[in-house]
Amino acid sequence: MGKLNIVGAINSALSEEMERDKDVIVIGEDVGRDGGVFRVTEGLLAKFGPERIIDTPLSELGIIGAAVGLAAYGMKPVAEIQFMGFLYAGLEQIFSHAARIRSRSRGRFSVPMVIRTPYGIGIKPPELHSESSEALFCHMPGIKVVVPSTPYNAKGLLKSAIRDPDTVLFMEPSRLYRAIKADVPDGDYTVELGKAAIHQEGKDLTVVSWGTMLHRASEAAEGFDAEIIDLMTLKPFDEEAILTSVKKTGRLVIVHEAPRIGGFGAEVAALVAEEAIEYLKAPILRVAGPEAVVPMARLEDYYTPSLERIKKAYEKVMQY
Amino acid sequence: MPVSIIEKIEVKYLQIINEKGEADPDLIPSVSDDEITRFFETIILARTFNQRALSLQREGRIGTYASILGQEASQIGSALAFSDDDWLFPSFRESGVLVAKGYPMWMLYRYWAGDERGMKCPDNLNIFPMSVPVGTHVPHATGAAWAMKLKGHRKAAGVYFGDGGSSKGDFHEGLNFAGVFKAPVVFLCQNNQWAISVPRTSQTAAKTIAQKAYAHGFEGIQVDGNDAAAVYKATKDAVEKAKSGGGPTLIECFTYRLDDHTTSDDASRYRSKEEVEAWRAKEPLVRLRLFLEKKGRWTKEYEAGVVKKAEESVDSEIKKAEAFPPPDPADLIRYTYAELTPRQKKELKESGWGS
Repeated sequence: MGKLNIVGAINSALSEEMERDKDVIVIGEDVGRDGGVFRVTEGLLAKFGPERIIDTPLSELGIIGAAVGLAAYGMKPVAEIQFMGFLYAGLEQIFSHAARIRSRSRGRFSVPMVIRTPYGIGIKPPELHSESSEALFCHMPGIKVVVPSTPYNAKGLLKSAIRDPDTVLFMEPSRLYRAIKADVPDGDYTVELGKAAIHQEGKDLTVVSWGTMLHRASEAAEGFDAEIIDLMTLKPFDEEAILTSVKKTGRLVIVHEAPRIGGFGAEVAALVAEEAIEYLKAPILRVAGPEAVVPMARLEDYYTPSLERIKKAYEKVMQY
Repeated sequence: MPVSIIEKIEVKYLQIINEKGEADPDLIPSVSDDEITRFFETIILARTFNQRALSLQREGRIGTYASILGQEASQIGSALAFSDDDWLFPSFRESGVLVAKGYPMWMLYRYWAGDERGMKCPDNLNIFPMSVPVGTHVPHATGAAWAMKLKGHRKAAGVYFGDGGSSKGDFHEGLNFAGVFKAPVVFLCQNNQWAISVPRTSQTAAKTIAQKAYAHGFEGIQVDGNDAAAVYKATKDAVEKAKSGGGPTLIECFTYRLDDHTTSDDASRYRSKEEVEAWRAKEPLVRLRLFLEKKGRWTKEYEAGVVKKAEESVDSEIKKAEAFPPPDPADLIRYTYAELTPRQKKELKESGWGS
């Protein structure tokens, strides 16, 4: 057991999976000599060599498109896209191919790859470095979407993602990369995809969140008897965990930084409205980003759900 | 400091048998008479498959179909140069490739009739399901070829696309990766002169598509795409080079789509009858017939026999396709992921499918 931040936890997951399975390779821009722009792959080139830690041309479509072929042939590529906003160049490869090849070939071919990308606001970078576009991917059948929130689950979830037989988008909360240091077991362990974690038990209200916002939602819950669910896998998501909790608390607040309209919170809210409305004591509330493009540094704090906004939502549902 | 030339490229053009059936004496020994006979017979089979697909579409028995008429030499000459261990990545106008590789024709008819099961490639072949969004599958072949190299397998990948596809970013990014990683891949561009209604000259200002390979650091060649022998030789050489560690090759097969873009298109809206007729004179079967006749390998009776055999085979495949039971509605959910998600299980239960 050692204390690691999320960067270290992901690095350790990659390293252990590469030792376990020689077909696992890391491809991406600056992942080799430079160790990645966030240093997530630091030291891996020295350990595994340039045939397995591969610096590619600056070409996101090329990285994802080639990874489709690598994976279909039997490699296990872990592709790094430097920032979520750069992933848009590869959307067609993900939506039209990676997500569909198993179905298109009726199971003859599949695309077991992982796309890792940092997401979200909080590091004050240039434009398109702070996107939180999980809902786009959750809408697309055939891919899985995973968002870790702690060093422990980052390592365990990434290991599961690498071993998964389908394409997994692994969204790493850039704001949290070095913000939390926590105990992470040295040896092999996994955190199952598709299962949420009860981050904190409580009786009065259910809070559903993931990634960066989980921690703010948690901080805002001080003084409330809130049950906080860390969704971790958004696609396929743990419907059962949410329903069980809401049936107990009768109240639901969902917190995410992506825009509210069409955000993944809408899916969570709709699930509860369809399947547990009779348990609800209060309206379901979402605390989310506004209908606006993700801003640069000066306006970041106005864009993301603040502690105050989240607290207000908790207070509001508690009035019922 | 005077200006100096730092790079020069030369683009080769290859033809072995011209439209009169005359063979280049230096080049023809690289292709045997048996191989040419095989091209001839396979073109007849593919053409029969294609003709019947067009009829079935008119009768409403299959859906929209993309004809290969005129492009058979490009498809069959190249496909036969790959071994069954190699991986092929076709686009949607590749019936000739698939028929040449022995892909079950009944499955192709099922596919064109809207049944995805037709794209479940048999285990003895490695042919990716056809890619509908133009040119977007080019990087897949690069990736698969790169994987072959990483695993130390002596194999190659081949990918089929058209002149239109060469305008896509996917084409360039796929070629660029192949060049950088020296992936054993053969890029087969069938330049059939028309991307639906847009002519080749409006697709790129470059003189050839072949020359685009040089910008990515490897060789490109233009071949007479209606000469199966030339396409075969160019592909065979490229496959051999790929397997020997020489990296990728781009082959531009200079050919012509004699039919409409698909059964939903009317090519008379954008090109002249004269142009089509001029190309019809150069179509791929005629020259092989003339060549084989000179070699004493062709008679009317021989060809009639080949045609009859092809027709019988296609007829029986159509019967098989149409007798095949309809798909289980649960299939539409079943293949999304390796395992059903809890929500999918619920959806299957609610719909009553697959019980």
